[in-house]
Amino acid sequence: MFVVVVGCGRVGAQVAHDLVEDGHDVNVIDQNAEALQRLGSDFPGEFVQGVALETTVLEAAGIERADAFVAATNGDNTNLVIAQIARDRYLVDCVIVRVLDPARARFYEEKGLVTVCPTRTAIDRMSQALRAFAGGDGEGG
Amino acid sequence: MYAVIVGGGKVGANVGRALLRMGHEVSIVEARSQRFATLESEFEHMARYGDGTEIFVLEAAGMARADVCIAVTGDDEDNIIIGQVARDHFGVENVVARVNDPRNQEHFDLLGVAPTVCATESILSLIEHEVPQHSLVHLFSLRRENLEILEIQVVEGSRAEGVAVADLQMPPGTLVISVLRNRVGRVASPDTVLGPGDQVVAIAEPGQDSALMELFASE
Repeated sequence: MFVVVVGCGRVGAQVAHDLVEDGHDVNVIDQNAEALQRLGSDFPGEFVQGVALETTVLEAAGIERADAFVAATNGDNTNLVIAQIARDRYLVDCVIVRVLDPARARFYEEKGLVTVCPTRTAIDRMSQALRAFAGGDGEGG
Repeated sequence: MYAVIVGGGKVGANVGRALLRMGHEVSIVEARSQRFATLESEFEHMARYGDGTEIFVLEAAGMARADVCIAVTGDDEDNIIIGQVARDHFGVENVVARVNDPRNQEHFDLLGVAPTVCATESILSLIEHEVPQHSLVHLFSLRRENLEILEIQVVEGSRAEGVAVADLQMPPGTLVISVLRNRVGRVASPDTVLGPGDQVVAIAEPGQDSALMELFASE
């Protein structure tokens, strides 16, 4: 499949690499030209420098023929807006959006977006670990 | 009426002042601490500190009982999210949003955040009105209602010249509102006869530009 990844930070760059490893075609968008370094010189896909809110940038990265779209910039609202543009304007079948704020993640999940919330995951794992401790040797401590 | 204004810059603060003068209840949400301090000294408890794209901040500002949400931050993606959350999460019936970059207008339209106000577009419309480059100028657009108000100049030798308003064969979905002659506007009456150089202000459903040009501006 062909995937467009927006945001080439730790998350976006590694997702792009994983997908390439699995044999998929991947293009990456980031507004910062230096983000290209995270992909490494052997990255086979295209890197487009630009603001993903601009349709010319999305189209330069090939969104019109994308099977999947990943929104992983460091701005929740940017991710939520470009994900909806990918779904509603370019009719991309699979749209995944990273949202740090759990409340907004839940709201947009209810509106039909596939959201990934690292904050929620961190909260759940930490609470889980503490409860396991409290329920075991830590009881009464 | 209760209005929650998100974004307390010049636009937000002035809209707040105007609504207060009209006797309405207002809250202004501002995320920048320095700007908030300035707002608080003027608006007191009506100023609220916080990121207005966070649901709990809007909740604390009473968005659930707001009659209107005014999203006027300097970021278009924020204004879109505020508009969607206000409407779909809090059930606010009226949302007005500011478009900072006119290239983002299409995103507001796509994602259902309307009506919108864009300063750049308004300035361009005014320039077109003052210094017409084309005989047809779009003055104002009511997107949600699917109507626009436009101005068109009557060209000498056109089908409209010398014709009374009542006898104009206006394209479907259009109506003459007023006629500007020598910079004086008058509400159009059926017996107003159009002359060359007159500017006709009309209300129209979108897509009638070429039909109107054909009637008023083709020799």
